[in-house]
Amino acid sequence: MNFARTLEFTLNGRVLSGADGSIASPSMRLLDLLRLQAGQTGTKEGCGEGECGACAVLVDGEVVNSCLVPVGQLHGRTVMSIEGLPRTDPLLEAFARAGATQCGICTPGMILAARALLDRQPDPSLDEVREALAGNLCRCTGYARIYAAVLDAATVRGGDA
Amino acid sequence: MNSAATAASEWYRPTSLADALAIRASARGAVVAIAGCTDLMVGWNAGSRRLPSVLDLSALPELGAIEVGPDAVTIGAAVCCARIAAHPAIAGRLPMLASSARQTGSIAIQNRATLGGNIMNASPAADNPPVLLAFGARVTLASVRGSRTLDYAAFHTGYKRTLAEPDELLVSVTVPYPAPGASSHYRKVGTRRAQAISKVALAALIETTDRAEDGTRRVRDARFGFASAGPVPLTAPSLSAALRDSPLPAIDRLLVERALASDLSPIDDIRSTAAYRRQVAVNLVMAALAEASQVP
Repeated sequence: MNFARTLEFTLNGRVLSGADGSIASPSMRLLDLLRLQAGQTGTKEGCGEGECGACAVLVDGEVVNSCLVPVGQLHGRTVMSIEGLPRTDPLLEAFARAGATQCGICTPGMILAARALLDRQPDPSLDEVREALAGNLCRCTGYARIYAAVLDAATVRGGDA
Repeated sequence: MNSAATAASEWYRPTSLADALAIRASARGAVVAIAGCTDLMVGWNAGSRRLPSVLDLSALPELGAIEVGPDAVTIGAAVCCARIAAHPAIAGRLPMLASSARQTGSIAIQNRATLGGNIMNASPAADNPPVLLAFGARVTLASVRGSRTLDYAAFHTGYKRTLAEPDELLVSVTVPYPAPGASSHYRKVGTRRAQAISKVALAALIETTDRAEDGTRRVRDARFGFASAGPVPLTAPSLSAALRDSPLPAIDRLLVERALASDLSPIDDIRSTAAYRRQVAVNLVMAALAEASQVP
């Protein structure tokens, strides 16, 4: 059985597959595929055990920790890492405006977790923002500016928000 | 860097339960079944050993459904916590289960972690098993030899040990609806509200009699499930027996304390102490009883 050869999924609009060698092994962590193989280092490794959210990406629009996703489970799925987020996403400017980024390690995961929230709840309460980002740890900001940025981005209508 | 450690010997991803069971049987327990990977991969990432062969259950349609029946909801073993928390029939009729699913790690974990994994990983601290115990759930296992359905209360036989045979897979969990008017109460106590592993958790399902003329009511039936209070997820048979026919809300704290002294066997560990766990367990039961006495 050579499952790896039939494995195929979409990363940030590009199709990766086992057949052309862009997927090495089904047991590889999605995080390692992103950073080491695809050279997309926007996704960060923090704890490596699903506690910190630094490696969060979207799979079919839902936030997951890429350190706990083996590539073999992604057949037919669509993965978006921070590199795939449209530059016009209002979260980007809202984070800059609010000073929601300091060292920046948590920022890609924070923004994608926030994007997943705003896609299912375009007008969240502060509590909903806090719950949606509870799996993303930030050691710099104290969170207040991050929550403010997400609430701010939610007020931006139109575009692809 | 972990990539050197992450080559599995074989990676099976069957698309039917029959194929999965055949692989399970021929491997004689030498394949690790995976689904959401939120527990198992933590171990893989930390270790430097070569991975075992893997049987990925995430493409089996038989394990992915939520079926709403007249008396119970049957949840496929590979259904993730986020789907359970968001399911209208579960939120409406089994609210404790929606609640425990919503407290199983962060949203990123809930989007991946499965109900079956939470059971088969067999941690005494797992978040959903207390609720399944209180609701009197049944689990269905399958192998090439056939399938069988067991009371979940008997499933965990010792620390990280279950009644599942090496060739079996957990297929589904059936959770019966509680009696109308029953009070249910789930409370997880950890260091932080989000994504903590519990110091102790309680699920309680309490049925009471109708209010008598003097305004009192009695416990008809009370069932409990505890996490982090012993080597396995625990029921509390002494407490259930002691509470039967007791008047609410005048239940003596000592009665609860004494019953739980024999039902629970918590330990001192990195997250808490046995003494704290015993005290909090009593507090949680008293809170559940107080809530049940408020039910109109």
